[in-house]
Amino acid sequence: MTNKKKKLVLGVIGADVHAVGNRILDFAFSQAGFEVDNLGVMVSQEEFIDAAIETNADAIIVSSLYGHGELDCRGFRDKCIESGLGNILLYIGGNIVVGKQKFEDVERRFKDMGFDRVFPPGTDPNVGIQWLQADLKVKNDSSTSSC
Amino acid sequence: MKVILLVDFGSTYTKITALDPELNGIIGTAQSYTTVETDIAEGLQAAVSLLEADSGKVEVVQLKACSSAAGGLRMLVSGLVEKLTAEAARQAALGAGAKVLKVYSRQLTEADASEIAAIQPDIFLLTGGTDGGDELNILANAKMLSKLDLKCPILVAGNRSVAPECQKILANNGKEAIVCPNVMPKLGTLNIQPVQEEIRSLFLKRIIEAKGLSHIENLLTGIMMPTPVAVLKGLKLLSQGHGKEAGIGDLMAVDLGGATCDVYSIAKGDPLSINTILKGLPEPFAKRTVEGDIGMRINAHGIAAKDGLERLVEMCGIPSDQLNVMIDQLSENISQLPESEEQKRLDQALASLALETATIRHAGSVEETYTPAGLMYIQEGKDLREVDQMIFIGGTLVRGEGLEAAAEYCKYSSRYPASLRPKQFRTCSDKKYILSAMGLIAEDHPLEALRIMKKEIVYEQ
Repeated sequence: MTNKKKKLVLGVIGADVHAVGNRILDFAFSQAGFEVDNLGVMVSQEEFIDAAIETNADAIIVSSLYGHGELDCRGFRDKCIESGLGNILLYIGGNIVVGKQKFEDVERRFKDMGFDRVFPPGTDPNVGIQWLQADLKVKNDSSTSSC
Repeated sequence: MKVILLVDFGSTYTKITALDPELNGIIGTAQSYTTVETDIAEGLQAAVSLLEADSGKVEVVQLKACSSAAGGLRMLVSGLVEKLTAEAARQAALGAGAKVLKVYSRQLTEADASEIAAIQPDIFLLTGGTDGGDELNILANAKMLSKLDLKCPILVAGNRSVAPECQKILANNGKEAIVCPNVMPKLGTLNIQPVQEEIRSLFLKRIIEAKGLSHIENLLTGIMMPTPVAVLKGLKLLSQGHGKEAGIGDLMAVDLGGATCDVYSIAKGDPLSINTILKGLPEPFAKRTVEGDIGMRINAHGIAAKDGLERLVEMCGIPSDQLNVMIDQLSENISQLPESEEQKRLDQALASLALETATIRHAGSVEETYTPAGLMYIQEGKDLREVDQMIFIGGTLVRGEGLEAAAEYCKYSSRYPASLRPKQFRTCSDKKYILSAMGLIAEDHPLEALRIMKKEIVYEQ
């Protein structure tokens, strides 16, 4: 069991077509030893959930850059629970709200929506990786090279 | 005269095609009623007699056949997520020529279980989970199936980590379970060919015999595949060509019968513009769908379902009460040919509407969405708008001008702007019903089969 790679479902939510950050995260997470199923851009909540069910994923990582993330993510946790994924680890990061707002407020709102971790714009992928390793209790041994 | 005899045992008709042994061309074709109740050899003999009346006495040097008689290949499939493994399983079964009676997703319930036992399919395809993905669902479903009084073989083509365990659960309860590679080994990757080969081999080994179609051993060993598989092989060869002999390129085909409507497409169907994003499972290059609820006779009511009746009234100008009566008659009298002017108008309208519904269900669809980056399109399934050839298989019900008029209903239309059906095509027709016959010799004699199809279907209209 300990050798099994942890599985992530990755994608950019809503009508957002920003692909660059998505590719960077795919690369960074894969290099860090995670098994990544990347759904790409314009991913709906249902697609994230379907993919996570079929692959028995350990976490869903949502990106958003275009400012509508708050609308797109409404009810996401509820749907996870309803679909049998219950408390699957749910991360979100990027430019997830409109305009300049205090990040503490944004983080609180998304945590209230059921996200486990919320990351502000410009976060280094390594920060996300460290949180994932902590939350999924991955031992930082030789199989996880830094990048 | 020596001939190679190619036979298609259909649910209603047994169709034969006689080729000269050098495979230069067709000597003759004929058809007669399929005789499942007694022995399919009788219907075949009747067809051969008809052929001999035209072409003189024949000596059969080789016989190859395909069959969809006695209900065809009846399958049930199950997967985990409806749009993922359950859909992959459905695609696999359809491409293997099966009639998919029902698709189950998520965990099978007690009610599902009794339904499955009542249906008693020819094969059950059990899938679920990507390789290394979900294990619980397929295991639970294997347990549920193991408890049933189910006589058919069960193909296990799900998460490979637990496939052997599923097999064990089933085998311990006296079920024949066969493990195949996963239909969806990775998320969004379709791997349906191995399962399809296993289905074909089961069809040959077990199902033909089990159906008790005939007592004549030679006839049974001559049956090579289910009819839709033969048609798919023929169409693929016609489209792709062989060696230096070019094919005719991307194409679609429809076969509208009394009980069902089959639609085929041999085309990639990738998005045509860069601002289109493809969603959903990738679809097979050679794709088949079959609509089990629409047909010209037994399932004429299926065409009139939902808003179909209103459309029929509009199309043939017959009041709805009278239409209902006429449709009742058609569905009970499956061999009825139209005689009166009204009956002809109704047949024309039924065919048009059936083709419209079946092609819409086969083709992909597109949805507009406004994003901060401008207007984008989300495509699901195949974009067939550029496909410019449509083959009508058989089709004794509409001919000539009627066929051209019905063909319009297979095209992209402003009524259904989201449905990605062909914009323009030339109509070809397989009047003699030779496609399945050519599919039967496509593996051994591709060049000859290709030339005959081009001559008979494409160029000799």
